[in-house]
Amino acid sequence: MLSQIIYALPFLAEGFAVTLWVSLLVVVLSLIAGVLMGVGLVYGPAPLRWAVRIFSDTIRGIPILVLIFFVYYGLPAVGLHLESFWAAVLALTLFKTAQVVEYLRGAVGSIPKGQSEAAMAIGLTFRQRLAYVIFPQAFRRFLPPWINGVTDAVKGSALVSLLGITDLMQAINQVIGRTYEAMPLYILGALVYFAVNYALSLASRRLEQRFSFIRE
Amino acid sequence: MGYTLNFNLIWRHFDKLWGGLLLSLELAVISIAIGIVIGLVLAVWYVSAGRAVRTIIAAYVEFIRNVPLILLVYLVFYGLPTVVDIAYSAQTSFVATLSLYSGAYLVEVFRSGLEAVPRGQLDAGKAIGLTPWQRLLHVRLPTMLRITLPALSNTFISLFKDTSVASVISVPELTYGAQWINFNTFRIVEVYLVVTAMYLLTGYALLFALRLVERRFKAAR
Repeated sequence: MLSQIIYALPFLAEGFAVTLWVSLLVVVLSLIAGVLMGVGLVYGPAPLRWAVRIFSDTIRGIPILVLIFFVYYGLPAVGLHLESFWAAVLALTLFKTAQVVEYLRGAVGSIPKGQSEAAMAIGLTFRQRLAYVIFPQAFRRFLPPWINGVTDAVKGSALVSLLGITDLMQAINQVIGRTYEAMPLYILGALVYFAVNYALSLASRRLEQRFSFIRE
Repeated sequence: MGYTLNFNLIWRHFDKLWGGLLLSLELAVISIAIGIVIGLVLAVWYVSAGRAVRTIIAAYVEFIRNVPLILLVYLVFYGLPTVVDIAYSAQTSFVATLSLYSGAYLVEVFRSGLEAVPRGQLDAGKAIGLTPWQRLLHVRLPTMLRITLPALSNTFISLFKDTSVASVISVPELTYGAQWINFNTFRIVEVYLVVTAMYLLTGYALLFALRLVERRFKAAR
């Protein structure tokens, strides 16, 4: 039993690398899209605000699995052909983007209005106000929940196994298919996911304490 | 693009989706009911227990929260029967998994709720001669439940969405119904549009209803 699992370790490690790669792509892409859309939600004109609001509330209102299937099976149906890997990344990114939008709205919303007004009064442009006044302060509010939310991306990435992508989850299932050692392998997989995510949530908690000196 | 929407086949098989939606709700309701019991017992135990018990409860909470739900579902359905000699249906297996899953989240919710009960209320309970058990039952728990009601409704709604993972072990809930129609009729875009609407409408209807309940039981200040 043990020898079979050790034999499978390199294969599992490859799957783990895919899990990390998917998570990394999703986290980076959703950060960019989410911050842009979040700024649109807070400062944009009404039509843009509505569009982002509807996007975010729709995406957050459906199961991530439905979104993954919708993108994976739906896009080819309308003539857009994406590799399953990128369809999965796209779906997970859409999901995570909606979360980032809300983190950003919360963080920017927590900055007192006077800050923005003072920046305007000394003649800073919109971009300068964001770059020098709002974002540096909002960053400390944004970071802890965002890092904590990275665990959602890592956990969500396990669903790409359903599209036949050999991530850690799928690698585990394949090794079980060959060795029938279900329990030890699931536990091994759980421990790997746990190690990554627990480290992230500890980092998030640390940062929260680190920034706890900020008063309202 | 050149894709023409045609919903006829969706309506013909709508019973799959409707039955699936009802099953999703049923799974969520049963799981949160069991989860609430797990959460309450462990939270009360946690705040009064020594270090060893606290470590064990915290380990359970952190383990569940940091592992993908789909892995837990596989582990209970495919893994557990290989080491213990019990047989159960996919549905039972999923309810057990989702109960343990929601229990872990609710321990945290209830624990912070218990800590948020004002000290003065407990002292007042002591002053009028309530026993510790009575203080827990008549003072601490009712106040804590009022405080945690919003978090409880949020947990319920996210559990409702999490029931979609049951489709991976072929429990015929809403997402499974969607996949069935997807594979058998190929009206792919239509079925996911309808299912998206069903999840959204149900989710927001639940949210609205639960917010009304919350307002009714809002902690008196």
